Amino acid sequence: MNPEIAVSASKLSKSYQGKNALESLSFEIEKGSLFGFIGPDGAGKTSLLRILNSLLIPDSGKASIMGFDTVNDYKKIRRIIGYMPGKFSLYQDLTVEENLKFFAGIFKTTIKENYHLIQDIYSHIEPFKNRKAGQLSGGMKQKLALSCALIHKPEVLILDEPTTGVDAVSRGEFWEMLQKLKAQNITILVSTPYMDEASRCDEVALMQAGKIMLRNEPEEILKAFDAELWSVKSNRMFELLKDISDFSKTKLAYRSGDHLCLIPEGKFTENNSLIAYLETKGHQSVRLEQIRPTIEDSFIYQMQAQN
Amino acid sequence: MRTVIFILQKEFRQIFRDKTMLPIIFIVPIVQLLILSYTATFEIKNTRLVVVDQDHSQGSRELVFHFESSSFFKIVARQQNYEQAAEWLKNGDADQLIVIGTDFGKAIETNQPTKVLLVTDAINGSAASLMSAYAQQVIQGFNKNILAKRVPFKTNKGNLTAEPLFWFNPKLDYITYMVPGILVLLVTIIGFFLSGMNIVKEKELGTIEQINVTPIKKWQFITGKLLPFWLIALFELVFGLGIAKVVFNIPFLGSFPLLLGVAAVYLLVVLAMGLLVSTITDTMQQSMFISWFFLVIFILMSGLFTPIESMPDWAQWFNKINPIAYFITINRMIMLKGSGFSDFAGLFYALAGYAALMLVLAVNRYKKVV
Repeated sequence: MNPEIAVSASKLSKSYQGKNALESLSFEIEKGSLFGFIGPDGAGKTSLLRILNSLLIPDSGKASIMGFDTVNDYKKIRRIIGYMPGKFSLYQDLTVEENLKFFAGIFKTTIKENYHLIQDIYSHIEPFKNRKAGQLSGGMKQKLALSCALIHKPEVLILDEPTTGVDAVSRGEFWEMLQKLKAQNITILVSTPYMDEASRCDEVALMQAGKIMLRNEPEEILKAFDAELWSVKSNRMFELLKDISDFSKTKLAYRSGDHLCLIPEGKFTENNSLIAYLETKGHQSVRLEQIRPTIEDSFIYQMQAQN
Repeated sequence: MRTVIFILQKEFRQIFRDKTMLPIIFIVPIVQLLILSYTATFEIKNTRLVVVDQDHSQGSRELVFHFESSSFFKIVARQQNYEQAAEWLKNGDADQLIVIGTDFGKAIETNQPTKVLLVTDAINGSAASLMSAYAQQVIQGFNKNILAKRVPFKTNKGNLTAEPLFWFNPKLDYITYMVPGILVLLVTIIGFFLSGMNIVKEKELGTIEQINVTPIKKWQFITGKLLPFWLIALFELVFGLGIAKVVFNIPFLGSFPLLLGVAAVYLLVVLAMGLLVSTITDTMQQSMFISWFFLVIFILMSGLFTPIESMPDWAQWFNKINPIAYFITINRMIMLKGSGFSDFAGLFYALAGYAALMLVLAVNRYKKVV
């Protein structure tokens, strides 16, 4: 048992009515790391996190947190983890302060004792401490939920899609809070469907259909993008994807926001030939521009390379 | 222990913050006792009677007068022939009709046996037999009167009469009989539904997820969940007894602490059943339907409205698992008969065993891991 490992899983599998949610997952996460599980809905993120926090029993395989088995030592695990479910799960009819006091109470601690941990987060909502939790905005609810998950000074914090349904500004703030918590030596596991949040993590695992497709540090994932990336626009965006995919020098094309992304085979020097090609297909005012890949592009690129 | 107190504190806060809860706690008992006690009665007053007197003799008028002076009958019409009178019954304007034939008076005069026709609307069978019995009583009263007048010395000769004495409820007051049962119903409904809705509510709102990952122990959680409803239901019982005493002046012959003690054990059965429903369902709607299904069966078979003794054997056997039947029986014994513990010790031990069984079942069903 490596003492530097906070979370480990080996060959975890779980299926619901014959459908595999997790397929033989194995990984280890170092202590003090901010680790992101990134993937679309249905990738198995929630199932994985629920196995790790001891709410779900895997069909096969083992997982442990701080050396405690998630099935046999679940009582010990529940003392050392903080969990924030994807759905807001605090009492909406209790006030902010009552919720926090309640969760402090059942962990046999007090708000005062661990106030330093939640101070940065809780200070945002403290002015509203007598307001009922149900009347808070999405961003404030999330801060309260995080405060409640932290109030007992957990060693491992497990957050299931904490930024889903939260506005962009609050999302940014939330990630900054997580960075600060990391400095308190708390290992943090986060799941998210947003690929752009990957760069906020120390390390990310890309999940799809119950498997980890790719795992690396965000910079490494970016570096692994060893191709050119072009943005293409025309007056007939709807047909553009099909027409570009048919182009002989296209390696991969996909929609991204208001433009198409094109990854060509090799270096894309004679780009004029693409414009000429598109014009023969009836496209006008074609705009072509080389852009810097984001981590999202890199994911897509590497997934393509794997397939 | 401190953990339990935190849970209790949270539960009470939530209960009293819920705007519909306080009215339920205070208004339900008042409404149930005041309305049900008066309306859930088998006594039939003001039977609407149509009289067909084809005789118009002194004897027939005397018989009709007997009906007029009875509080159970109200003569709504007098008709000349049977067909016209039958219309009243068909139209639902009358419940009963009496036809007195043309030779009635003459037969009375000459001390001959005679007959009258009594027709009753029998859609509601038990009401019909009651109305018919009342009418026969009136006719018998008339009969005795005649005999006394015409043949004064023969009256009691060779007649066997039974003198009924009604113990524990001498006036056969229906309210006295119903109120102890309705009190049981009250605490049962409050206890069953509230506990049945509670944990499933946490499931439906998702709050149970957050609770389940904490180190709260099963017994702490369940104690924290059930104790508030146990206290509320006991409060309801005392409150309801107060209403019964003040409004109906119901006799309370037995010991009040004894009744509370039995109620305390009985409520464990009810709360554990509610908890069991709560653990096997996923939504409050499912819980409502299942709770309602069991409660209706338990209530209708409990002997609240109809005596258990008149039910078929299998139903009497079923009532061995019907907690409401136990408590209604005990409650009536304590309140109306003044029974002591030894009078119903067997019933009480059965109830206590039942409580233990249900609690074990419910606690085992509740799992913190899926």
